[in-house]
Amino acid sequence: MVEFGGWDMPVFYTNVIDEHNCTRTKVGLFDICHMGEFLISGKSAFDFIQNIITNDLRKLEVGKAFYTSLCLENGHVIDDLFVYMLADDKFMFVVNASNIEKDFNWLIKHKIDGVDIIDKSKETAKLDLQGPKSFDVLSKMVDVSDLKRFHFVEKDVLGVKIIISRTGYTGEDGFELYFDSSKAVDIWNRLLELGKDDGIQPIGLGARDTLRIEAGYSLYGHELNEHINPIEASTGFVVKLDKDNFIGKDALVRIKERGILRKVVAFEMIDRAIPRKGYTIVKDGTELGYVTSGTMSPTFKKGIGLAFVKVNESFVGNEININIRGKLYLAKIVKKPIYAYNGR
Amino acid sequence: MTNPTELKYSKDHEWIKEDGENIIVGITDFAQKQLTDIVFVELPEKGKQVEKDKQMAVVESVKSVSDVFSPISGEVVEVNDKLVDNPETINNDPYGEGWFVKIKVLDQSHLDGLMTSTEYEELIK
Repeated sequence: MVEFGGWDMPVFYTNVIDEHNCTRTKVGLFDICHMGEFLISGKSAFDFIQNIITNDLRKLEVGKAFYTSLCLENGHVIDDLFVYMLADDKFMFVVNASNIEKDFNWLIKHKIDGVDIIDKSKETAKLDLQGPKSFDVLSKMVDVSDLKRFHFVEKDVLGVKIIISRTGYTGEDGFELYFDSSKAVDIWNRLLELGKDDGIQPIGLGARDTLRIEAGYSLYGHELNEHINPIEASTGFVVKLDKDNFIGKDALVRIKERGILRKVVAFEMIDRAIPRKGYTIVKDGTELGYVTSGTMSPTFKKGIGLAFVKVNESFVGNEININIRGKLYLAKIVKKPIYAYNGR
Repeated sequence: MTNPTELKYSKDHEWIKEDGENIIVGITDFAQKQLTDIVFVELPEKGKQVEKDKQMAVVESVKSVSDVFSPISGEVVEVNDKLVDNPETINNDPYGEGWFVKIKVLDQSHLDGLMTSTEYEELIK
């Protein structure tokens, strides 16, 4: 067990590699109850949210969710989150566990009239069902045949309302389920039961991390924090500078004009070694940056990672050295994500 | 798996087999289970002087990096290079093919502080 965002979480149930491979080839069930959920509603909810997120809320429609960042005035990232549009005047934010309080305070600080913000984190359970067989397993419980990627539906299942979105953090087809936490054990057990024939396994935080690194997804505290802007974090696709004012816009416009000095890239080891967070990256005796996330990739069976490197050295194919315990190991920058999305 | 009674054990979960003036060192079954799947191992070079209770090797699982300490001071005279390509051997056969290094003992008295299998089993209870 490990402490994560104030929760005791299992790093693995059986072992990381098994659980990783089970998610890639079959289906895995993740207990993600630690993440935070806010309900934001009211006649000014749309305007309020449009002003605090970097993505453009006009791109969202009822029944759809998108990824965005929440920035400080200086353009640095407070958190990365998903916004679900429940109704024209009702939205759900899904935020990182470690940032619940910080985000909530930030929202309250910028709240305008006509907006209600409720922290539903404690009473909301979140389970992720991920993997090529996730659709088959979930279909035994509820009809999700029309559900497209980044869309969600609300369904009554086993006497509880569940928001089911076709989203995930693994690089596989999959679903994220939100519902009242009193039913968490029931739904958890039910999914494990329904998935038995398809080889379902519960998946711990260890494999959740190796899956997301392969799939190139950022993790707050690694690729993102309050000293990093979304453009250099390579999540600039959720920064819409053509929309009206939003917190951080002026700074991000300037950053974009000036150009960034470093950016997040994916790399893989050429030498046999495992990169880890914080290891420095060098080339020809010059320090280029540092590893933000690293692991042995169970899928590719070699060391892989995400790293900050100087922009002029961030091109695909560039050979770099990772300083591991004082010794240099060869690696090269590769296309991100290392594992291409395998869903539909 | 039981811990062989002919071996000695350190508090850092290494086993020690006496082999003339040398010792053979590996990590215990308990240690390999705690580490889970070992996917990388960094071994000292032949000829390296190692110091008692100082880092001698590194083992990594998918999610962890752990030091392996030398139970005694001495000189590395043989290294199990096969582990580099097949680190999972440590999980599969910790007391056999999964041995790490052979060390020429500098100070035989270092062996006195080591535990018997019964004492070691008390420690990990």
